[in-house]
Amino acid sequence: MKRVVITGAGTINALGHSVADTMTAMAEGRCGIGPLVFRDVERLSIQIGGQVRGFEADGRYNRQQMSLYDRFTQFTLAAAAEAIAQSGITFSGELAAKSGVVLGTAGGGVSTWDDNYRSVYEDGKNRVHPFVVPKLMNNAAASHVSMEYNLKGPSFTVSTACASSNHAMAQAFQMVRTGMAPAMVTGGSESMLCFGGVKAWEGLRVMSKDACRPFSANRNGMVQGEGAGIFVFEEYEHARARGAEILCEVAGFAMSSDATDIVMPSKNGAARAIAGALSDAQLNPEDVGYINAHGTGTAANDKTECAAVADVFGPHADKLMISSTKSMHGHLIGGTGAVELLACIMALRDGVIAPTIGYEEADPECALDVVPNEARDAKVNVVLSNAFAFGGMNAVLALRKV
Amino acid sequence: MSVTDKIFEIIAEQAVLETSDVTMESTLEDLGIDSLGLVESIFAIEEEFDITVPFNANEPTNSDLDISSVSKIIEGVERLLKEQAG
Repeated sequence: MKRVVITGAGTINALGHSVADTMTAMAEGRCGIGPLVFRDVERLSIQIGGQVRGFEADGRYNRQQMSLYDRFTQFTLAAAAEAIAQSGITFSGELAAKSGVVLGTAGGGVSTWDDNYRSVYEDGKNRVHPFVVPKLMNNAAASHVSMEYNLKGPSFTVSTACASSNHAMAQAFQMVRTGMAPAMVTGGSESMLCFGGVKAWEGLRVMSKDACRPFSANRNGMVQGEGAGIFVFEEYEHARARGAEILCEVAGFAMSSDATDIVMPSKNGAARAIAGALSDAQLNPEDVGYINAHGTGTAANDKTECAAVADVFGPHADKLMISSTKSMHGHLIGGTGAVELLACIMALRDGVIAPTIGYEEADPECALDVVPNEARDAKVNVVLSNAFAFGGMNAVLALRKV
Repeated sequence: MSVTDKIFEIIAEQAVLETSDVTMESTLEDLGIDSLGLVESIFAIEEEFDITVPFNANEPTNSDLDISSVSKIIEGVERLLKEQAG
């Protein structure tokens, strides 16, 4: 088994257009959630979200590219450029032939679906742009990354709702660990903040109209976000040989399926994924200093997640820190685990634990150290990143300081 | 058909029961309607009466509609119908 390290990170989300800006915002406990701005927003009952602002696709991409890049692809390419530049890796020859890209997304080109349905149903048009299909398909972002960076190895897109990115990164990790690929580009993206994308979520009645307050007794639901997080996962010796800066090590992962309910989470399924990640990474519960929670801010998720953590960690659950950065950037659905991995890297590399902001009232069912409202300086050696999706599909990653 | 009859029908359908099995005093729990069933029932009520029912599944007891029994639901819907008329 090979060791796997992260040598590049890139992002765009409501907190910033780069990793540095995002981490600064997380360390300051800044909130990126605000009023949504797009066509027909006044017809929604939910009008807030973690929308990416000031991202001008025109100018960044040319006319031909714009006709092929949905917003989720635009985000992916912007984040991939940052990650691959930081890594300093160039894919050519044997390295290019073996390395690939595995990304997560739940919805793919949602705004492309939305715009074109509007055009044919509402505006009564009978013709759509020839590239609607290659623009909206879930693997479009991964395909464009492969073309841009000459990645010719195993490449595909994973879609497991809110766990998509963690499942994708788990696959990339496994490929590097087994020696199948020397390096993999991985992460995920989502862009559902358009009329149809928010309207669909609204129907489920689980969204908050005012704020995302994970673990707080007065929490009243989730808030959607958008953006991307992209990473370079690389075999340790390969990274060392080329003198790459190592951000942290990916130590293990586990996946589980609740096999119970299409929307209600299960403590048992979550606990099995958490315990599985520890066991895969050959870690003891006491090694874990921080958990980046799934922490959606819904009544059901937060209490189930805390109960699962308490089950797995026993008395150590009261000593570790657990926070949800969704309070700041919103829930990026299929892209969320990727952006949240940045909080894990910040904890391991910089010793800064991102807070759970919007925390107002203690909930006896979430009685853990949720790092309320203010970031904390703390030295941690091992962290976990949780993702528990609708459909009961869970993926937890374990990361370690190098 | 009265508001009461329509609500009995909606709830009975959701619970997979006959309308005769639903009483004014029944709670959704008695009838075996879970949180997903509740969200679907509210959607059906909104569609049937063309009203908006403010309801957040994260705080079901803190919503504008009292859902503690069938009779309370009927009262609430009648109130919303008056408030949202015209």
